[in-house]
Amino acid sequence: MARASASLNQQQVFWLCAAATGGFAPLTPWLPWWLSALSTLALLSRAFLLWRKTPLPPAWFVNLIAVIGSIGVGFHYRTLLGKDAGVALLALFLALKLFETKTHRDAYAVVFLGYFLVLSQFFYSQSIPVAVISILTVVLLTATLVALNRAQAKPAASLRLAGVMVAQAIPFMLIFFVLFPRIAGPLWGLPQDSGRAISGLSDSMVPGSISKLALSDAIAFRVRFNSAPPAQDALYWRGPVLTDFDGRTWTIARPGVSTALPYQTLGRGIEYDVTLEPHQQYWLFALELPGKLPADAVIGSDYGMYAKKPLRERFRYQVTSYAQTKPVKEESSEVLRVALELPSGMNPRARALGEELGSKHKRDAIQIAADMLGRFRNEPFTYTLSPPPLGRHDVDDFLFATRRGFCEHFASSFVVVMRAAGIPARVVTGYQGGEINPIDGYLVVRQADAHAWAEIWLSGKGWVRLDPTAAIAPGRVEKNLAAALPAGEPIPMLLNADNALLRAVRFRLDAVVNGWNQWVLGYDANRQRDLLKALGMASPDWQSMGAALMVLCGLLMLALMAWTLRQWQRTDPVIRAWREFQRKLTRRGLVAQAWEGPRDYGLRAASACPAKAGEIAEIETLFETLRYRPVQSADALRKFRYLIRVFAP
Amino acid sequence: MQLAQFGPGLKRRFYQWALRGRAPEASPVVLTQRRVYVLPSRAGLGYAASLGVMLIGSMNYSLSLGHVLTFLLGGLGISAILNTFRNLAFISITPGRCSAVFAGEVAHFGLVIQNNRKAERPALRMCADGGDWIVLEVPPADRIEALLPLRALKRGWLELPRVTIETRYPLGLIRAWAYAQPKQQCLVYPRPALNAPPLPTGDGDQKGNVQLGRGSDDFAGLRDHHPSDSPRHVAWKAVARQHSDELLTKLFSGENTQSLWLDWEQLPTGLDNEMKLSVMARWVCEADAARLTWGLRLPAEVIMPGTGESHRHACLQALALFGR
Repeated sequence: MARASASLNQQQVFWLCAAATGGFAPLTPWLPWWLSALSTLALLSRAFLLWRKTPLPPAWFVNLIAVIGSIGVGFHYRTLLGKDAGVALLALFLALKLFETKTHRDAYAVVFLGYFLVLSQFFYSQSIPVAVISILTVVLLTATLVALNRAQAKPAASLRLAGVMVAQAIPFMLIFFVLFPRIAGPLWGLPQDSGRAISGLSDSMVPGSISKLALSDAIAFRVRFNSAPPAQDALYWRGPVLTDFDGRTWTIARPGVSTALPYQTLGRGIEYDVTLEPHQQYWLFALELPGKLPADAVIGSDYGMYAKKPLRERFRYQVTSYAQTKPVKEESSEVLRVALELPSGMNPRARALGEELGSKHKRDAIQIAADMLGRFRNEPFTYTLSPPPLGRHDVDDFLFATRRGFCEHFASSFVVVMRAAGIPARVVTGYQGGEINPIDGYLVVRQADAHAWAEIWLSGKGWVRLDPTAAIAPGRVEKNLAAALPAGEPIPMLLNADNALLRAVRFRLDAVVNGWNQWVLGYDANRQRDLLKALGMASPDWQSMGAALMVLCGLLMLALMAWTLRQWQRTDPVIRAWREFQRKLTRRGLVAQAWEGPRDYGLRAASACPAKAGEIAEIETLFETLRYRPVQSADALRKFRYLIRVFAP
Repeated sequence: MQLAQFGPGLKRRFYQWALRGRAPEASPVVLTQRRVYVLPSRAGLGYAASLGVMLIGSMNYSLSLGHVLTFLLGGLGISAILNTFRNLAFISITPGRCSAVFAGEVAHFGLVIQNNRKAERPALRMCADGGDWIVLEVPPADRIEALLPLRALKRGWLELPRVTIETRYPLGLIRAWAYAQPKQQCLVYPRPALNAPPLPTGDGDQKGNVQLGRGSDDFAGLRDHHPSDSPRHVAWKAVARQHSDELLTKLFSGENTQSLWLDWEQLPTGLDNEMKLSVMARWVCEADAARLTWGLRLPAEVIMPGTGESHRHACLQALALFGR
């Protein structure tokens, strides 16, 4: 077709350069730097050549660059097939495509590629700022389409029209977003590169690994309680349980898992749901101890809750936790044996202390533990984020030399002493506390709330939590980290309780982000079903959703159509009255000709009906005045309409 | 375009149905919503396919914002349908001027395109069936005259064929189009013969023959210009010399004094009728160019000697419609 092969004018190619830049620029933080540089260079040189009206480089040169860039991408990602490599190639090809864009068909390809690049940003971030940038990019790309379809369009007019059209599209988007049936889970296996390293708890702990997290105010998860939240010092969010100890590093023991609880729950449970940020690990967090497991979760022999797949996306689950539990049966001897193991030759003084306490209290676990906690409380131990470095026997160094440490030091040394005293013990990591956001009522748990504590086995009572940090720094568990640390310690800015304004702003901002996460990003098949039920749809299956979708879209289209027609019918009252005048004369056979101005028509009419010549001349003169005089009086229009109403040729 | 794969018979019946058997139509032709057809263009199909891929990708990677983007672009497509439709609907078309042309030339059918809306209508494309496309833009609440080109092949009245008016504005994803056939015709003069015999000026036995070129040399004075005067007779030098804007017309004494008769019977008998008409058309042109006074004698019609634009037109019209 003639149109598809029509060549582009200079302004249109400028638009395409702008569109390609708009599609590509938001991706630069996630692309390899050299690829960003190459694409930027290509875009700039294309615009420069256009500006100077210089001929384009030969095709072989552009192809050579494309091949070199592709090889670079292949080396960088070790593949050309993955998602990241695909996005990088898309960005490169979009920039190079501009060197061989000559026809309208090429131009459409560039714009559609731009839309794909907007989508590919969401692989890396779906935050509110990214959403805003994406909308702006869509407007820019759409304005490019407008410019492609009108040879001499003013840029501002194209942008405005694109903005209006995107605004018209938003109601359709909302209807589709709410009602389009969501499908849970991937359609095919996700490639392995879909997750990236994110800070958080890991499956091992060395001195310093928790205190490193304490400086991060990144959010670990958010919790909404169905009833009043428990007291602050009961908010122990159990995470990885570390049993294996090599003298320095605590690591997770691979637990056996089942769906049956290894303990009995007592009393009333606390219901809540957790929205967990992706951490690329299997474990889920719950208050101790979960009674009703969320769907798709299992419980380990270490009482930890695990998902079946690593969490690569934000995950929401419901749990009921019970403060009181009772073991179903005696713990297996294997678990107890591992919980007593200490590497030989390490930390001799701590082992000696443990053996001494064990014999002193006749192996009474409760008394031994109380003695040890009392030592933490009474001897000059300091709770600090910046403990001095420790030597090879780091538990010994901490207990008997430096005596300055963070929660992992206290938990680790406590468990070592307990084990030496013959009491099965283990380190539990997780989060302690959290902060209720008064705006939306969610409890926000941050990485800074990361914590480590101990559990000891008491025959008949099961695993019992003991938190040495609570002994040395009670403020840590009763309030938060900032309250427990001595003045002058570096703490995350957002935990600083002093700045009321900052806190208010942060609460508001976080409520917005949380609403976004819950309702936009977390809108999945479950959320959709719940929402539609709440909106009164009895059985939200895909048929009824599809029907509702069609009906609402149809109504919306009708409304927009009515707007279209209203725009058409809203004619100038002067013109409307003049048409009436013409209609009356037409009945006398005086048809207004298309080439005839009002004055000529008036003269012709006057000569055809001389009896009415005066009236016709007056009406015509008024019409000219109303149409062409810059200053109008309201009386003139009224008189004009009256004259025409009574006019009878 | 989209109908090309259908059989020609089906195509013809579609056009008949599309025009609802009204051709030619009474003016003004208003493109009401029932006459405007809307279908995706090839770019629109590509757009839809892209959206399908984006939707599948968003589902697979559980990209909530991917869903948002895909649905937003889907809504944009719907908005494009409405806006493209709106750009074309309720245009009214009335016939305008159409100057006569010679066979073999391109006729330009004037159609007045009226936009009653307070919004401009950019990027409208029109073509008469068989002619070239023209692109036009109607300002808000205004009208413009579109000149549709169509090659005139035969003498006589050339009726305006079916007119297609289409637009893809604003996004090019949707094509809205309509058919119209306003009553409009163009007079096509016979094609002037290339190798015509010279003007029959020197035969001698005919009364009123003239010697070529004399009449126009006898300058007889100046008078005020009338709109009916030939622009060739404007005394440009005299106009340039005086200070007012009034045009002046040169008068020639040679005119009106002697007449040339262009006679059908004088033509060689070996020529067929069309050839004879061609030759006479050439004579009329030459006589007019030489500013002679001439009359035309056809088997069924005689045009008395005269001169000027309207006389030339009358003569050529008689030739164009000869036997029709």
